[in-house]
Amino acid sequence: MSDLKQLEADILTAIETAADEAALETVRIESLGKKGSISLQMKTLGKMTPEERQVMGPALNSLKNSVGDAIASRKEVLKRAAIEERLKTEKVDITLPVRQSPSEAGRIHPISQVIDEITAIFSDMGFAIAEGPDVETDYYNFTALNFPEGHPAREMHDTFFFNEKEADENGVKVRNLLRTHTSPVQIRTMENQEPPIRIAIPGKTYRCDSDPTHTPMFHQLEGLVIDKAANIGNLKWVLEEFCKAFFEVDNINMRFRPSFFPFTEPSMEVDIQCDRSGNEVKFGEGDDWMEILGCGMLHPNVLRSGGLDPDVYQGFAWGIGIDRIAMLKYGMPDLRAFFDADARWLSHYGFRPLDVPTLFGGLSR
Amino acid sequence: MKFTLSWLKDHLDTDASLDQIVEALTMIGLEVEEVDTREAFKPFTIAKVLSAEKHPDADKLKVLSVDVGDGKPIQVVCGAPNAREGLIGAFAGAGTYVPGIDVTLSVGNIRGVESFGMMCSERELELSEDHDGIIDLPADAPVGTSFADYAGLNDPIIEIGITPNRPDALGVAGIARDLEAYGIGTVKPVAIAEPKGTFDNPISLTIEAPEFCPAFGLTYVKGVKNGPSPKWMQQRLKAIGLRPISALVDITNYVTFDLGRPLHVFDADKVMGNLVVRGAKDGEAFKGLDGKDYKLASSVYVIGDDNGAESLAGIMGGETSGCTDETVNVLVESALWDPMIIARTGRDMGINTDARYRFERGVDPAFMEAGLHHATNLVMELCGGEPSTSVITGKVPKPELVIDFPLSETKRLTGLEVSNERSIEILQSLGFGVSVAGDTIQVAVPSWRPDVFGKADLVEEIMRIYGIDKIQSTPLPSIGAISKRILTNDQTRRRNAKRGLASRGMLEAITWSFIAEDHAKLFGGGVPELKLANPISTDMSDMRPSLLPGLMLAAQRNADKGVGDVALFEVSHTFESDTPETQRSCAGGIRRGTAGLIGSGRDWAGAAGNVDVQLAKADALSVLEACGMNISNLQIVTDTPKWYHPGRSGRIQMGPKIVLGTFGEFHPMTLEALDVSGPICGFEIYLDAIPAPKAKATKTKPALVLSGLQAVKRDFSFVLDKSQEVAKLLRAANGADKKLITNVSVFDIFEGPSLGEDKKSVAIEVTLQPKDKTFTDEEIEAVSAKIIANVEKSTGGTLRG
Repeated sequence: MSDLKQLEADILTAIETAADEAALETVRIESLGKKGSISLQMKTLGKMTPEERQVMGPALNSLKNSVGDAIASRKEVLKRAAIEERLKTEKVDITLPVRQSPSEAGRIHPISQVIDEITAIFSDMGFAIAEGPDVETDYYNFTALNFPEGHPAREMHDTFFFNEKEADENGVKVRNLLRTHTSPVQIRTMENQEPPIRIAIPGKTYRCDSDPTHTPMFHQLEGLVIDKAANIGNLKWVLEEFCKAFFEVDNINMRFRPSFFPFTEPSMEVDIQCDRSGNEVKFGEGDDWMEILGCGMLHPNVLRSGGLDPDVYQGFAWGIGIDRIAMLKYGMPDLRAFFDADARWLSHYGFRPLDVPTLFGGLSR
Repeated sequence: MKFTLSWLKDHLDTDASLDQIVEALTMIGLEVEEVDTREAFKPFTIAKVLSAEKHPDADKLKVLSVDVGDGKPIQVVCGAPNAREGLIGAFAGAGTYVPGIDVTLSVGNIRGVESFGMMCSERELELSEDHDGIIDLPADAPVGTSFADYAGLNDPIIEIGITPNRPDALGVAGIARDLEAYGIGTVKPVAIAEPKGTFDNPISLTIEAPEFCPAFGLTYVKGVKNGPSPKWMQQRLKAIGLRPISALVDITNYVTFDLGRPLHVFDADKVMGNLVVRGAKDGEAFKGLDGKDYKLASSVYVIGDDNGAESLAGIMGGETSGCTDETVNVLVESALWDPMIIARTGRDMGINTDARYRFERGVDPAFMEAGLHHATNLVMELCGGEPSTSVITGKVPKPELVIDFPLSETKRLTGLEVSNERSIEILQSLGFGVSVAGDTIQVAVPSWRPDVFGKADLVEEIMRIYGIDKIQSTPLPSIGAISKRILTNDQTRRRNAKRGLASRGMLEAITWSFIAEDHAKLFGGGVPELKLANPISTDMSDMRPSLLPGLMLAAQRNADKGVGDVALFEVSHTFESDTPETQRSCAGGIRRGTAGLIGSGRDWAGAAGNVDVQLAKADALSVLEACGMNISNLQIVTDTPKWYHPGRSGRIQMGPKIVLGTFGEFHPMTLEALDVSGPICGFEIYLDAIPAPKAKATKTKPALVLSGLQAVKRDFSFVLDKSQEVAKLLRAANGADKKLITNVSVFDIFEGPSLGEDKKSVAIEVTLQPKDKTFTDEEIEAVSAKIIANVEKSTGGTLRG
């Protein structure tokens, strides 16, 4: 028995001192393996007397179990130590920079973003978004909008023309043009849709002047409401609500002034009150008035052009510069840069593709 | 339109302040653009030079002792040649801002002599360009008083923007009428007596062009003495930016602005024979009052005499018969001209004058004769002389428009509640004739309002005078339901294409719709129909046939600024012809340098490679997917437009008829012609070619069938001719068993000498999905054999051993 005690002590010492899993395995083979010291002792049981066996049997089994348990727990310790050791070698510099996600690097142009903002606002007021072609006929751009031939108002539009076409069967030489405003879409819509009509019309417009504050191509937002009751009071409300929502301010003071456009009567220009004393424009305060849009009740002749009886139907329209309100809201100083495709400008003033303007999530960050 | 406050008060009796007047003008539609209160002139004082001694140390300078009226003479060093003892002029003390030279004076020391101010020249006070000497006032000028008061420089100048519909406000009297209606002051009527003609006009006038000239008034005044006009008239003309010339000429300018009635004066002695209003002869010579020689077109009308054209009727007088200081006998003209012809002539000839401006907008026909009398009276008043009887040729048209106006119309269009009495009062105060008959009144439009045609115009009159600010903002009624989808297919696609491309790291650009002809030609444009008749520059002469040239040039501009790795896209229109129906909706993009999907340039984790055709293809397909297309059914073919690299570009189509787009690297000649360099690739997708999605009865998606059995993957490697397209191999592999094969992907392409020349190895991974029981080895072998056979048959390749 004392031999067994000695054996157990030797084996347990060997287990405790096994430096790694391989050494431990050697101890296991030397003790519990087929030819291991314990296994050899077990084999002697058969030759023992029953009395001897009754003593040695349980003693050997207990030795086998305690050695087995000791190996298992030593193994766990060694495994943990080995993992700890490996982890120490697996450390990397997590301060190394990673590449930016392409969806964070890409940009939506401010014009597109503002058009999406406008779309969000007007869809809430029951408007649809309508569009029309950049290339227009004289009829849609002028005649149908009550610009008489030769009227000084036509000249104020600085129109880009295409070359005259061959005379048609009536001897009329047609000359198409680039639309000078989004208003032709008023007529196109009336031709295709019965009132009530509520549409917002964003789009490109063209005029042949170019200076620091004018570009030959720019963007306009037209609004059109036609039903049997829409009046200037409603127009005021729509524009006030739009400006508050778009500029994301609680209050906005607007001043309506009588003005003149051939396609509206009465016609008005609208100023908004602002403070321009600092670097940025603040709305709803200050004592500057800044002109931002033109509007009015649809001229009876325009309703007639659209096939509507002006004594039955009525409505209003407005036009506002998208580039301009984008500049006012987001502070770009120079209109020309909108069309220069300078990557630095686009990255700075552009918008993340995932920042989709909605009313429920806010128009802007 | 400019005028001064005192000028307005000649026509309007009012105690209103300048601010009140300015506010009122803007609110009634006569928008005030600028008010010049002329504060800058206030510090200048009339002063007398008591003594003028030579400067001890400078030949051309004098040392003046100046009396500014307070008995304390001030020392001033002055270089003006006319500075002398006794001169009375305008003095500015130290601290005064002198507008003409943009300088604030300080006490100076000029060559050892202190100077405490200056005596000013006319240029220094912005009175004229005269800088030859200091202002030299008459001996009776009151020393010590304000020079601004004396010289009429205290009169605020108001500039208003007049919209094209308001020719009646192009005279100060008309502006006064509007203000009176708004409640600012009372109009002082201009009394005009017909001058008593003492003889018949010796010069007759005939109208050969009644379509252009309905009526013409002419009076001869003999024995006038021309010279400078009076100080008050000169001051007002200068204040509004006109140069006084002589009394006769100044009268015509003054009446133009005072009463909105343009006039002309001929030197009667220079008129040969009689006058005739006629069409010009083609190429007829005319020397204008602007000193320029014109060659007239036959579409133009003139007033001629035996000498030829004496006046470009309604636009500008002629030099030959113009009035000078020597003029003794004068012909005063007051006529009516067709506005359209005036506008066309002025536009064609590029001549802008105050007369053209008014005639093309429409002057008051009823005032033609009174205007003639008023001018004649002024001529006699300022220059003396004796008038002939006035002769009116033709017939003054009397437009007698009467509008049936339901007074409820104002509320219908504006929402304003204006009482019938107030509405009528407003219309009458603006000169409209009103006959009352219940709720609908008859309104006669005054002769000076050519812009008023119908009910809506009258509503505007009532609204602007009653007060546009009284209109209450009123919510637009709700449509009573949740908005339906508001974007069209095209709008949704463009929006998705933009957000999709930006999510791939690209920057959205907006470039001009017009490009240079040479560039347009490179991309299939440059045809005559796409050319603008009046481009702003040769770089912007042709409507673009493609988004690519603008983007490529933009990429190069960025590269030139040091941003060589740039990815740009644009979603906009291209043009096939000059009709509204032929513009296309496109998405195009360009990548330059190493601007790939992961970013650009070097990085510790791996550098981005040069952009290439495959990247462009991925961009192109991403647009189609963003627009909802299933791209697995599309064909990629090599037949691409000439601007692409023929071996590194592709066309995306749905069958041979529907071309959805192109992508690739560019032809070296394209790059050279655009002067664009570097690795660059691009794509263009025709959004309008994408078929509209089919309307579905339900939004339910097909049931998802998930197999509990594991898919099996097998790799194959084939050696084929380099010219064989991988797409063919994939089709063959996929076609081996459409039920079991769920995916085939390419995981390696290898070319090398070991394969032999013109050969490549393509390695694919095939995924097999068992349906209801696991595959047996025999089943897998059977499918594999079929894959190999299919691929070998269609590509001529062999399984790599």
